[in-house]
Amino acid sequence: MSKSDTKFGDYGGQYVPEALMPAIEELTDAYERYVLDNEDGFMDEFRERIRDFGGRPTPLQRADQLSERYDTEVYLKREDLLHGGAHKLNNALGQVLLAKYMGKERIIAETGAGQHGTATAMAAAHLDMPCEIYMGRRDINRQRPNVFRMRINGAEVNPVDIGRGTLKEAISETMRDWATTVETTHYVIGSVVGPAPFPAMVRDFQSVISEEARRQSEEQFGDLPGAVVACAGGGSNTMGAFAEFIDDEDVDLYAVEAGGSSLTVDEEEGVAPHSASLSTGEEGVLHGARTKLLQDTHGQIMESHSVSSGLDYSGVGPELAYLVDEGRVIPKNVGDESALEAFHRLSQDEGIIPALETAHAFGFLEDVAGPDGDGSVDLPETVVVNVSGRGDKDLEAVIEETDKRELENAPTMEVFE
Amino acid sequence: MGLEDSFDEPAFVPYLAAGDPDFDSSIEYVEALERGGADIIELGLPFSEPIAEGPTIQQAVVRSLEGGMTPERFFEFVEELDVDVPLVCMTYYNLIYQYGPEDAEPVLPFVKRAAEVGLEGFVVPDLPAEEADLLREACDDHGLDLVFIVAPTTKGERLDRIMEQVSGYVYVQARLGVTGARADVSDQTEESLARLEQYDVPKAVGFGISSGEQAADVVAAGADGVIVGSALVDIVAEGHEEDEPTEETAAKLESLARELKEGALAGAQRRPRPEGT
Ligand SMILES: Cc1ncc(COP(=O)(O)O)c(C=O)c1O
Repeated sequence: MSKSDTKFGDYGGQYVPEALMPAIEELTDAYERYVLDNEDGFMDEFRERIRDFGGRPTPLQRADQLSERYDTEVYLKREDLLHGGAHKLNNALGQVLLAKYMGKERIIAETGAGQHGTATAMAAAHLDMPCEIYMGRRDINRQRPNVFRMRINGAEVNPVDIGRGTLKEAISETMRDWATTVETTHYVIGSVVGPAPFPAMVRDFQSVISEEARRQSEEQFGDLPGAVVACAGGGSNTMGAFAEFIDDEDVDLYAVEAGGSSLTVDEEEGVAPHSASLSTGEEGVLHGARTKLLQDTHGQIMESHSVSSGLDYSGVGPELAYLVDEGRVIPKNVGDESALEAFHRLSQDEGIIPALETAHAFGFLEDVAGPDGDGSVDLPETVVVNVSGRGDKDLEAVIEETDKRELENAPTMEVFE
Repeated sequence: MGLEDSFDEPAFVPYLAAGDPDFDSSIEYVEALERGGADIIELGLPFSEPIAEGPTIQQAVVRSLEGGMTPERFFEFVEELDVDVPLVCMTYYNLIYQYGPEDAEPVLPFVKRAAEVGLEGFVVPDLPAEEADLLREACDDHGLDLVFIVAPTTKGERLDRIMEQVSGYVYVQARLGVTGARADVSDQTEESLARLEQYDVPKAVGFGISSGEQAADVVAAGADGVIVGSALVDIVAEGHEEDEPTEETAAKLESLARELKEGALAGAQRRPRPEGT
């Protein structure tokens, strides 16, 4: 029996082309030895590097204005302060280091928002490994600063033109590269998705978030939080923020997905105007795992939509899907407009410019507990929100999207003449 | 009975995406392959995320889906075909899993319908032996073969595990990577064939074969058949882009099919004779 989780209920598994299976077996073996058993001091080295290179631990900060606004103690787990500006480095550094221990010579990765690509490029530069990143053409246009950051760190960025040019297509393309180069190359998948052992392994690298948050909560307010809120694209910051609280039944866990522009689907077009696979998806098989997916009645995968490219994915991690079915994790979704408002609110009220992905988690607080909130959720006394990343990468997209809308709390986006 | 019987002589196994670029032309194209000498035909049921395919077949998938291909249309396609050789459905697992009413047991409705329209087997590139029990059982119940792909990386225990599950023929992936026509035949093929020698099931080599000469090389190296996809899909794509009449494209397909079949037969002549006979 394998020591690692390959299935979460019926979810998970390894649905990949045969050419990749030996690599997946090799990776499973490496994960169990190095990550789970700390062979050759792997985890010690990981912890040292994520501290010294990465800047861990990240603070758990009280948000004064938000606490007042929502009449509850709001704490921010500041993953935006991690090197690279997002939680993605926890996983990228872990996997690139693992690839090194495995004797691989080359790193490939996909990216949506570019944060995972950036983190991987940084980790690869830090550990002296050549690195290529696949990114959908549409996402390249939405996240140009990150494209440059990847290149500046020495990675090659390969545009993907298939389909709508978002994360789904980038993952497929990276799998194709991997199937060709599997003997020398490690694929650093960017979230808790893909074939086993990726979902469990990425969760383990990300669980440093909840490990710290748990300890910091006890130190700073002498108790566990009543709720943890995180945004869910693939679900890696969500699983990272939840992992160490799963057994604490009193801690409510909210996974906030992108509600996009609407939750209704245009079957004819094969496009979902949202990325809410936890709330609306159906079980199926995509990118190596059985999980909840946006798909049509025939089983074709639907294109998703979100203002934030990091949430714009038709699937979600299998463990998260399982925890939702079990009733342990509560799925919520927040639309494009609420997310943008939340982006501006956090920037103005707290001086923190969040990633558009992260803004969805704050949109949830506003939607349920703001002045116009629907009161559908009674927030507990203390809430930890995972600030999964900072929003510098999103400025161009925010300006464009804010210009298109009449947001009550947005500053003017006019450029001075 | 079963697909194995098609390998009495070196077999030519072409692949086309059903419905590429449209339903009616695609019917003509598949029938042309039989005239050209196909022994088994692999028909692709397009999936939106074809992770095992290179650009040629990815584009075929897009054309076919845009033409309205669905699993049900695919079965109608098979019913409408006028060919005598066995047909194999090549598709991705999600489509097999999702087919049928919501409360039905997964996989069974698809396999049942496939048997009904006369399909004789499946190739499912994203379904490794470890996850295949459901489909294997359903295939056994309905008398269908389940073909597995063996990659150059497949060795040792994994190979045994796959060979326990395989029926009809084993799809020997000639090289690492995704589908797509290539100019050379890789040495990985010979190594793979050597590893498979002890298993008593026909070995059909695919991934990258595009000419009669390559087909001959592969058969001379010990393959029982050749699988050819992208080189044929290229002809369909070209005909579509240049707005060629269907008959013209069909004639080109028939002619390449004939070259490939003849190549496979010629390859058998070049095989070293086993010692002592
Ligand atoms: C800042 C940030 N938050 C969240 C996400 C969503 O990914 P995940 O759900 O895997 O954490 C991304 C993805 O790019 C991101 O950049």
